[in-house]
Amino acid sequence: MTEFLMSFWQTYNTLFYTVLVHGMLALSIYITLACGQLSLGNAAFMGIGAYTAALFTLKLNAPFGLSLLAGGMLPAFVALIIGVPTLRLSGVYLAMATLGFGEVVRVVFLNMSITGGSVGLNGVPPKTELWHLLLVMGVLIYFFLKLKNSRFGRALEAIREDEVAAAVMGIKTTSFKVWAFVIGAFIAGVAGGLNAHFTFFLSPREYGFDFAVDILTFAILGGTGTFWGPLVGSTILTILPEMLRFLGSYRLALNGLILVLVVVYLPNGIITVKKKD
Amino acid sequence: MLRLENIIKDFGGLRVLDSLSLQVGEGLIFGLIGPNGAGKTTLFNIISGLSRPTAGRVIFNGTDITHLPPSSIAACGMGRTFQNIRIFKELSLLENVLAGMHRLFTYSPVAMLLNLPVQKREEKALREKALEILELFHLAGKAKRQAESLSYGEQRKLELARALATSPKLLLVDEPAAGMNPAETEELMGEIVQINNRGYTICLIEHDMKFVMGVCRQVAVLNFGELIALGSPQEVKCNPLVIEAYLGKEECK
Ligand SMILES: Nc1ncnc2c1ncn2[C@@H]1O[C@H](COP(=O)(O)OP(=O)(O)O)[C@@H](O)[C@H]1O
Ligand SMILES: [Mg+2]
Repeated sequence: MTEFLMSFWQTYNTLFYTVLVHGMLALSIYITLACGQLSLGNAAFMGIGAYTAALFTLKLNAPFGLSLLAGGMLPAFVALIIGVPTLRLSGVYLAMATLGFGEVVRVVFLNMSITGGSVGLNGVPPKTELWHLLLVMGVLIYFFLKLKNSRFGRALEAIREDEVAAAVMGIKTTSFKVWAFVIGAFIAGVAGGLNAHFTFFLSPREYGFDFAVDILTFAILGGTGTFWGPLVGSTILTILPEMLRFLGSYRLALNGLILVLVVVYLPNGIITVKKKD
Repeated sequence: MLRLENIIKDFGGLRVLDSLSLQVGEGLIFGLIGPNGAGKTTLFNIISGLSRPTAGRVIFNGTDITHLPPSSIAACGMGRTFQNIRIFKELSLLENVLAGMHRLFTYSPVAMLLNLPVQKREEKALREKALEILELFHLAGKAKRQAESLSYGEQRKLELARALATSPKLLLVDEPAAGMNPAETEELMGEIVQINNRGYTICLIEHDMKFVMGVCRQVAVLNFGELIALGSPQEVKCNPLVIEAYLGKEECK
């Protein structure tokens, strides 16, 4: 029995790690969606976090905690710079700006020598342990639970529902949107740092547009009414392809099919919140 | 309390408000009437900061608020409702009112994360106050319901409750009785008077003349962006300009 568990863990621990990292990314986009803003930059923020944390470890020999912190701070700072001008305006400006931004980041990674260019970074020491991931995920869940019924959470929901009405209630809509975006970038960056320290290897290709859409899909599939939705969505979409390996190249089609079914039959996602009397 | 000085608003080549000056005194229920397209809603948008005047100033309790953003104007004590209802549909009634109370909450993000007593105290006290406000509009029984599930008339009342929750010094109400049945309208008149008795100054736009004549102490009449009459309901409805532009003869009896 123990032997079975051991071999099971040997086979699937990377998958489990990935589920947790993807869960963090799903939460990182959820917080912007919670105030009605679409960010397509979270894959790029993850990338910036991954490279920053890895370089802190490789070049500066920094302690792991510091590398992760740096991996969160730099994307958060970049998000602040992008967010302030674009989030003054309501509408799809953030989506457009972050779309372009993702492309810029990819090209920068490809061309800088410190990031290893198109080869990427090799030999990042494996520092991430299961408890690190569980701890970060635990902190995030705690954060989102507390946010839910606080004045801050309500302000975000009000902005999502109707930005004009929220402003007229005295809610500083721009600063809430910027904060949400910055916190999301921080989460994505830390997730990137954690990921970098168990995959050993970073390549600029991993953080492109495809992955930005994957992150969005996590949230949409699970539903954005509560933060549990994106967590469920990311878990399903990370595990499913593994379960369906026997389908060969059809499994990608099946992923798409499931998404279509959910959008058609459960337009609010798998986790739907209903208020009743 | 509110002073408008020579407000001009152009949309493209169209002059929607033409050098409008007006004062709303403290404690009043002030009516703003006039035909559709006269510029009433545009004026509310300018006062609440959603739209900027082409020229002119808005002075609120001595402060020039002409160029402040809507959230800062709200913080000065300006509340409003919308002609096309803008409640938070997917939130509960209670959450709608609590969102309206946003600026009354003071606790910090740290207090939120650590569940400090200040948070518990504020949440509890303001929840009770929110229920009281809902009760004022006979909606407390439905506090946990989703706002979308309300009837049209109830949604208008919820929006009024949410605006009242911001503790405004001046409450701008845009066509509160539109789409209400006579019984609901009657009830609303009572509620408006009751709010006013609690010390809130109200400025309302309304087409239902029974409503306007019944509750307003002072009425301004707008036509094509110009102020054509100002006075008590009685004076205004027998003003020849108003009869010609808007009301017709029957109202003046
Ligand atoms: N955003 C806008 N752009 C162009 N014209 C507008 C806009 N808003 C209102 N108008 C015009 O301004 C005039 C006044 O509108 P409004 O203030 O809504 O009138 P009222 O509320 O008195 O019925 C109308 O002719 C309307 O078409
Ligand atoms: Mg109007």
